Amino acid sequence: MTADKPVTGRVKARWGSSAAYHSAMSAKVSWPRESLSESGPVQTGLNNTAVHPGPEGQSTPEIQYHRLIPGQTVAVGQNPPCGVIAPRAPDATGRKVRHRYGLPAFSGWSVVALLVAFIVCLPVLSVLWLSFNPEENIWPHLVNTVLGSYILTTLGLMLGVAIGTLLIGVSTAWLITHYEFPGRSLFNWALLLPFAVPAYVIAFIYTDLLEFAGPVQSGLRALFGWKLANEYWFPAIRTLPGATLMLVLVLYPYVYLLSRAAFLEQSASVLEAARVLGGSSQNLFFRVALPMARPAIVVGLAMALMETLNDFGTVDYFAVRTLTAGLYDVWLGMNNLGGGAQIAALLLMFVMMLIGLEKISRRHQQNFQPTATRFRQLTRHPLRGRRAWLASTICLTPIVLGFLIPAWVLVDYAITYFAESWTDDFRQIALNSMLLSATAAVTAVTIGILLSYSQRLHPTRLLRTSVNVSSMGYAVPGAVLAIGVIIPFATFDNTLDDFMRKHFDISTGLLLSGTVFALIFAYTVRFLAVAYGSVDASMKKISPHMDDAARSLGHSSGSILTRIHLPLMKSGVLTAALVVFVDCMKELPATLILRPFNFDTLATHVYQFASDELIGEASLGALLIVLVGLAPVILLTTTIDRSRELKAAGITTIDASGDPASADGAAPVQTST
Amino acid sequence: MKSHLFRTFIAAGALLSVAGNALAAEEVNVYSYRQPFLTKPVFDEFTKETGIKVNTVFAKEGLIERLMNEGRNSPADLMLVANVGSLGAAVESDLAQRVDSDVLEANIPANFRDKANRWFGLTSRARIIVTSKDRVEPGLVETYADLTKPELKGRICTRSGKHPYMVELVAAMITHDGKAAAQKWLSGVKDNLARKPQGGDRAQVSAIAEGECDVAILNSYYMGGLLSDPETQATAESVNIVFPDQDGNGTHMNISGVIMTKAAPNRDNALKLMEFLSNDVAQSIYADLNHEYPINPDVPPSDLIASWGEFKHDELSLNAIIKNRALAYRLADEVDYDG
Repeated sequence: MTADKPVTGRVKARWGSSAAYHSAMSAKVSWPRESLSESGPVQTGLNNTAVHPGPEGQSTPEIQYHRLIPGQTVAVGQNPPCGVIAPRAPDATGRKVRHRYGLPAFSGWSVVALLVAFIVCLPVLSVLWLSFNPEENIWPHLVNTVLGSYILTTLGLMLGVAIGTLLIGVSTAWLITHYEFPGRSLFNWALLLPFAVPAYVIAFIYTDLLEFAGPVQSGLRALFGWKLANEYWFPAIRTLPGATLMLVLVLYPYVYLLSRAAFLEQSASVLEAARVLGGSSQNLFFRVALPMARPAIVVGLAMALMETLNDFGTVDYFAVRTLTAGLYDVWLGMNNLGGGAQIAALLLMFVMMLIGLEKISRRHQQNFQPTATRFRQLTRHPLRGRRAWLASTICLTPIVLGFLIPAWVLVDYAITYFAESWTDDFRQIALNSMLLSATAAVTAVTIGILLSYSQRLHPTRLLRTSVNVSSMGYAVPGAVLAIGVIIPFATFDNTLDDFMRKHFDISTGLLLSGTVFALIFAYTVRFLAVAYGSVDASMKKISPHMDDAARSLGHSSGSILTRIHLPLMKSGVLTAALVVFVDCMKELPATLILRPFNFDTLATHVYQFASDELIGEASLGALLIVLVGLAPVILLTTTIDRSRELKAAGITTIDASGDPASADGAAPVQTST
Repeated sequence: MKSHLFRTFIAAGALLSVAGNALAAEEVNVYSYRQPFLTKPVFDEFTKETGIKVNTVFAKEGLIERLMNEGRNSPADLMLVANVGSLGAAVESDLAQRVDSDVLEANIPANFRDKANRWFGLTSRARIIVTSKDRVEPGLVETYADLTKPELKGRICTRSGKHPYMVELVAAMITHDGKAAAQKWLSGVKDNLARKPQGGDRAQVSAIAEGECDVAILNSYYMGGLLSDPETQATAESVNIVFPDQDGNGTHMNISGVIMTKAAPNRDNALKLMEFLSNDVAQSIYADLNHEYPINPDVPPSDLIASWGEFKHDELSLNAIIKNRALAYRLADEVDYDG
């Protein structure tokens, strides 16, 4: 029945069937309230599960019941046996579902959301404002001298990172999703491990390993009897390719995470249809799976590229002159913060171009892509012999290079320097890091939910624009963003202080600046894009039909959010929180500038030593950052395992594969549109 | 109800700031561009002597901007900076207040402090040249100008030309010989580079030990650090130390220093700390810990760097270097030194 779908390079992923919707809604829906609250979707906890009345609900036979995965309609009273694909209604017109909302354009939600979005925008706006007030015009000088090479280097780095992360991320995700080979279940989560290693740490470690005095070159020299560097050739690590490799190794997990989620969510039936139609595995991948997964892959890629753009630690250490390095040069070298902000604005334009390109290329695709998987799980094809080993090697290589080697070096150093590193101070610092990151994660995710839900209620252009601007903090280099945070905070504090001095003769001083609050705010602004992206994608997967149904049953917006959306989005929200948590643990430049007196996080602690090339003393802190970064990986893995156990226990009711997909994938699938 | 809430808020805020002020009596707050491992022992000693607690924030950039935006309410009393350029930037941004202290004036030579008493040097370092013991015959490199000799083609390593230490060296040359000469020198050095400028000063010494290059420019205390660490001693011993321009202007000196902020809520304590930093105790800690030259002429340098002997300093006023810094910075771009 899916065979009549056009299976082409550009899959029309329009599963939402308005015909089915009409038939569902035209029937009299008279659900008893109690029955909804008892056996409604909130309670089932299954993702994208329909408002399934349960056995007692079937006692009202005239009720038509609509499964709320777009495109899946099931009439109540003939509860479909598990594993049978429900008939799909004919494809209908491309009506945009969300325009049906008859709610007022503004409500408490949108006002609060706008306010929050505005506050979160402030740092980015401050940076843009700075760019209008340069100390002097830097451009004639830059254009005449180094601007060209900055831009070329930046583009080269981005291109290299894009190719690298796509190759590793997508290929491993595809292998893991569709094939069975030795170590697969291990690689499934181990491929996320490099995500826990900060780029600046991996850069230090590989330099330590591969430089002239490092073990690799020393070993080679001992082996061949060389003495000096000019007697043999060895690839220099502190180069553009070296920096690219470092960034690829720690950033590919973004692409892996998102493309794996997308592959998992792809309907087995579509892929099988392609097979039935005679598609080879290659065709299956390049003409069906890849185009369908493209939005998700692009989101992952965009995150990786934004991280690349705002990376300063690695490129500075490797003497790669990117625009970000140029920004620091102009700011610190020429004492021209305004000029630096102009370069930051240029970087933002790069990012907007990236997002814009993706949107243009996706213009003809529908919003609702196939979300949850269908009734059957994807079957993985076993690989044998050489091919199995090849697959294992492909998956193992990034893990070894991106995690095992750096972790081994860190452990080695940490043991040597343990006594002088493991102090009371250190434990306090570790606690600081975790508390800060956890608070920031909760804040960012809460704001992400608020913004996403308000947009769902009131899809106005104003709100959308402010959300987009507030997500841009991600692409601004940390130190610049820190200045962007300082400006509004100090302005607020000083204005309040002036006011209080004038009217009450009290000085309030700096209430917010230089406090932990400023740090949490900075983290929130910086990583809101991550939280919002993940939350919004989960939110979008929930069919608006569900809101309509709940609303018609008298639920308020708040009640719909807490009782329907949040339980359904659980895994997306969890992922968002964890990713933000890890990102905060790693955050360095903004933390350095904004922190209160006598306050350290693990990242700043590591940096104080590492910046002086004291890698031994830095290693315990770095190791702890990596270990904490493992927490989300472990948590994700247990979620995956739990969903597997459920399945194994035969709890495969109405939407057997919907839940594993979301728990397994648990990641944003769409950009904000 | 609302106004009641508002009043409570105000009261709480006032209480907080009053409490803050009360506590502040026994503290001094420092924004520091210098690493904690350097500053902490000195501050600990200060606290031991005076009972005044020293609170610090260390960062590599952005503290000037933080100070600027915090304005008159800034909690910071002092800012420690690692180079002349940042001192200049702080003064240009009108963040520093004038400090008149007989102690400071007695301890710090005139060329190492601001004419208007807004900044003070605390330690000084010589920008020295090191040459490979095996591959460079003594006498080949004796001045900065020698670095442009054609014999040195492909044999020099330095850090980025935009790093403050390089920029200040070039700024000093501009002051002495004019822009054209400085530009010619910088592009001459670039032509002789063995590799793209990279890494810190320390890494340049390693590169000589490894045979990648033969000559490097660096700050004196890095050699002190390398020689006193058993792990890097062999590396450091593969080079000879040259104090350049002994027959000319003298070796270029740069400094780390301190300013008192305009806001300085704990002015008295801050002044005590400044004076303490210029006194013999703190000066010897700095000297022993980081092998910098004490700025106080009464304090001897560490034994190690004293063993390198006396040498002629370039007595150029640092105000002149601050003035030419921006120009020097642009030269690095113009000759594409890092490219």
